[in-house]
Amino acid sequence: MALIRRIVNLFRRSRMDSEIEAELNSHVEMRIEENVAAGMSADEARRNALVRFGNHVVMKERSIGADAALGLESVGRDVMYALRQLRRAPGFAATAVVTLALGIGANIVVFSVLNAVLLHPLDVRDPGSLYQLRHKAWATGRLLTSSYPALEDYRRRNTTFSGLVGIDAYSHAVLMWRNAPYNLSGDEVTGNYFDLLGVEPEMGRFFHEADEHGQNSAPYVVLSDAIWRGAFSADPNIIGATVDLNRHPFTVVGVTAPQFHGTERFAWADYWVPMVNQEQVDGWSGQQNRAFVAVTVIGRLKPGVTQQQATDDLNAISAQLEKEYPQSDDGQPLRLIHPGLIGDTGDVIREFLWSVNALALLVLLAACANLATLFAARAADRGRELAVRVALGSTRGRLARQLLTEALLVSLLGGAAGLGFAELMLRALNRLPRAAESHLAASIDARVFGTGLVLMLLSALLFGMLPALQAWQSSPLQAMKSGAEQVHLRRFALRDLLLGLQIAICTLLVTASLVAVRGMQHALNAPLGFQPRNAMLVDMDLGDWSQTNDALVSKQRAMIDAARSTPGVTAVGTVNRTPMRGGLHGIPAFQPGTTDFKVNNAVLVPYLFSISPGYLEAAQTRLLSGRDVTWDDTPTTPDVAIVNETFAHKMWGNTSAIGQHFIVNGNLTEVVGVAEDGKYHDLEESPYPVAYLPVAQAEDSETIFIVRSPRSASEMTAALRHTLGAAAPNVTVGMQSWSDVIEGELLPARAATVALSSMGLMAAMLAVTGIFGMAAYSVSRRMKELGIRVALGAGRARVMQSAVGRPVALLLGGLAVGLTLAVLAKPLMGRIVYQAEPRDPLVLGGVLVTMVLIGVAASWIPARRALRVDPSRLMRED
Amino acid sequence: MARNDLQGSLDLLVLKTLSQRGKLHGYGIVAHIQRASDELLQVEEGSVYPALHRMEQSGWIRADWALTETGRKAKYYKLTAAGGKQLQAAEEGFEQLVKGVRAMLRYA
Repeated sequence: MALIRRIVNLFRRSRMDSEIEAELNSHVEMRIEENVAAGMSADEARRNALVRFGNHVVMKERSIGADAALGLESVGRDVMYALRQLRRAPGFAATAVVTLALGIGANIVVFSVLNAVLLHPLDVRDPGSLYQLRHKAWATGRLLTSSYPALEDYRRRNTTFSGLVGIDAYSHAVLMWRNAPYNLSGDEVTGNYFDLLGVEPEMGRFFHEADEHGQNSAPYVVLSDAIWRGAFSADPNIIGATVDLNRHPFTVVGVTAPQFHGTERFAWADYWVPMVNQEQVDGWSGQQNRAFVAVTVIGRLKPGVTQQQATDDLNAISAQLEKEYPQSDDGQPLRLIHPGLIGDTGDVIREFLWSVNALALLVLLAACANLATLFAARAADRGRELAVRVALGSTRGRLARQLLTEALLVSLLGGAAGLGFAELMLRALNRLPRAAESHLAASIDARVFGTGLVLMLLSALLFGMLPALQAWQSSPLQAMKSGAEQVHLRRFALRDLLLGLQIAICTLLVTASLVAVRGMQHALNAPLGFQPRNAMLVDMDLGDWSQTNDALVSKQRAMIDAARSTPGVTAVGTVNRTPMRGGLHGIPAFQPGTTDFKVNNAVLVPYLFSISPGYLEAAQTRLLSGRDVTWDDTPTTPDVAIVNETFAHKMWGNTSAIGQHFIVNGNLTEVVGVAEDGKYHDLEESPYPVAYLPVAQAEDSETIFIVRSPRSASEMTAALRHTLGAAAPNVTVGMQSWSDVIEGELLPARAATVALSSMGLMAAMLAVTGIFGMAAYSVSRRMKELGIRVALGAGRARVMQSAVGRPVALLLGGLAVGLTLAVLAKPLMGRIVYQAEPRDPLVLGGVLVTMVLIGVAASWIPARRALRVDPSRLMRED
Repeated sequence: MARNDLQGSLDLLVLKTLSQRGKLHGYGIVAHIQRASDELLQVEEGSVYPALHRMEQSGWIRADWALTETGRKAKYYKLTAAGGKQLQAAEEGFEQLVKGVRAMLRYA
């Protein structure tokens, strides 16, 4: 404690200064008083007192020195001593530092990602009281919650929220400013959005509820700081200016603060427009339609209201709405989650990040076990030296402190190297296009740095404790008499345990990484029901032709023909929304003859896609039977649809679906074709019913062109721009390769594979050094014994067994424990890896082979050394 | 060595004083040592303070601010249990030293 007090005193120098000054002065004053009492004059008394006191400044400095520095002096000596010890064993020091650098570096990297994603709440007022409303089942869209009319009902009837905002986060617009088009995506929000979130503009103003007076009454747009600075070069003139948003005049009223990006962590909005103007931005509006569930709802709880009370309140309203609007509202229970991480995906992200952090801690634990063995072996080797020092009067406490200082020094050096390594890794990570796009921005801030420091200290304690404890308990007499030998043999049990632990952790991590690799393989080979490779997604603003559906369809047809005529193009089609990009919601479908269109009477709630002829071919979705839709399927001809296998099977079992009927959107629809199943939301989903409607018979006006060609994406981009530009001048065309778009879906699987594989690799490296260290150590310790055995005629097998038998036995034991743990951890792995199955024979086989290879690689050299023992030479030595 | 020995004997005198007199301020300690040694030991009075602070940090003595009889604020020092042990050890060490030196002087 004296040490801590002295260090603290270092920072309190000025206070100490005045305190000591006061103490010394009171001494001089007392002497003066006594002198005066003895009969001296005042002057004489003072002079005499000062002379007797000696040099005032020197005394003061020495006293301060005693308070602050003296203890540090001895710490300094320990540090210097430890440095000397490490310099004397550079190989040992380097191994230890590198091992820790990897262990701590890995932890810092994964923790800074967790810190960036989970530990920084949305930058709004009181983010803790914000909740997102979620349905339980059929509106499975990632963000979608409610229809606009239902939102209004919830807003009016609830008693637990101080406000509810509606957000349509799937808004896209072309903004024209000074004759230049900007392709942006943003949020359509209710007027109370900014006020409820409690954010302030950086420039200009926000729009408010009072600005809205019915349909299309609030043509205001707020720009994000990033877009304003990036695309508009922070031009102040744009504030208050009128711009065209999808050909409708809007006034730019303000710019958000730089730290505000909307309510989603990964998808930043470029702009915000009032939802009442949805018709102008999107070309149509589902705001009157109770069946059109496309609004994300976020609310702020009133102070003092619990999450449960609010949930009960909402569910009571939901039940009322079901009674009032049985045709559209199904009374599904609602639940509340924290917004920001793509709806329920947040749970997956949270679990993934925490599990990866836990695995990283395991790697560090393995590293500590490794180092503990190394340090203990070294302390045992130095047993005689330590014993001599105890005999010469050094206290055990001091020896233990010195060994701990050594561990601490190694740990700080390793930690510093680890920080540097982590910084490099994070820079590389943030430069990845995907990470940049999703605004990951993981960095080492104060919290990460503090965590790193704690990890360093804890690891130093973990691996430094063991040798320190040995030094504490060692009896000098025993050690001097016997050398290190006996001491070391007795301690074998603990070291065995450490190596076994290390191997078990290694097995667990290697299994996890193999499971992840297999999962990735599954994910890459999973049948998607479409083929994103060799296809381009083309986004064209055909707003000029959207006055009538007829005009739009014929323009689309013209554009498809134009794209089709481009050299190298093999198939072209359009769809309202490509799969696996979110924003889908089910539409109730009924049996023919149904008269009461209550949601709960629906047989299925399929996703609907509106497609042009040729879409299935362009997407390479196989048509299993029947025909494709054609341009002859128009509003005046009977309604037709192609359904997927799941739809067909659920409706009609094994009888052929072709020619069967169902009712959707109030139209009796005939099935003309059956297409293969696919993935529509994400890889994990189970088969879901889908119906494809011909574009001319559908209500949706959004279109994406899919252009398939074996030519490269860059070649196609240029060629398509040329032909489409000629067919429709003045139309903005956006192009992306479909693989790039879908890549984001595979990102979690990729991240899991990379993270788990690198940890498995690190654990494997640690296991190799651990086993190698132990085998080499035991062989070198027992050279003489081995020599005697050889001299007495022991066979190679016997020699091998006594040399590396123990590490091999530990390897097998650790392997068994590790595999058991891995199988038990399956549910955990299932959360972070696609189709995780540790009992997969390929995985198990892979783990066995890996661990055997590790064992062979690590004990190869020691075993060879044991076999080459030359008894005659050995016996002559020492 | 020499420095340590001098320091050691000053420590011994201070500890002994405190063990005999209980609570004392620096001036009182100096005055006591001078009186008790019949003014034979003449040290610079100020040099007792670095020693006091060092012993306080080592946990041998404890200090508190209090008022003197004349109403002056002064820092009072008191022996701790560890200080008592240290005093015993130092007294023994000093006896040894004296014995050794005396033996040397008689040897001639």
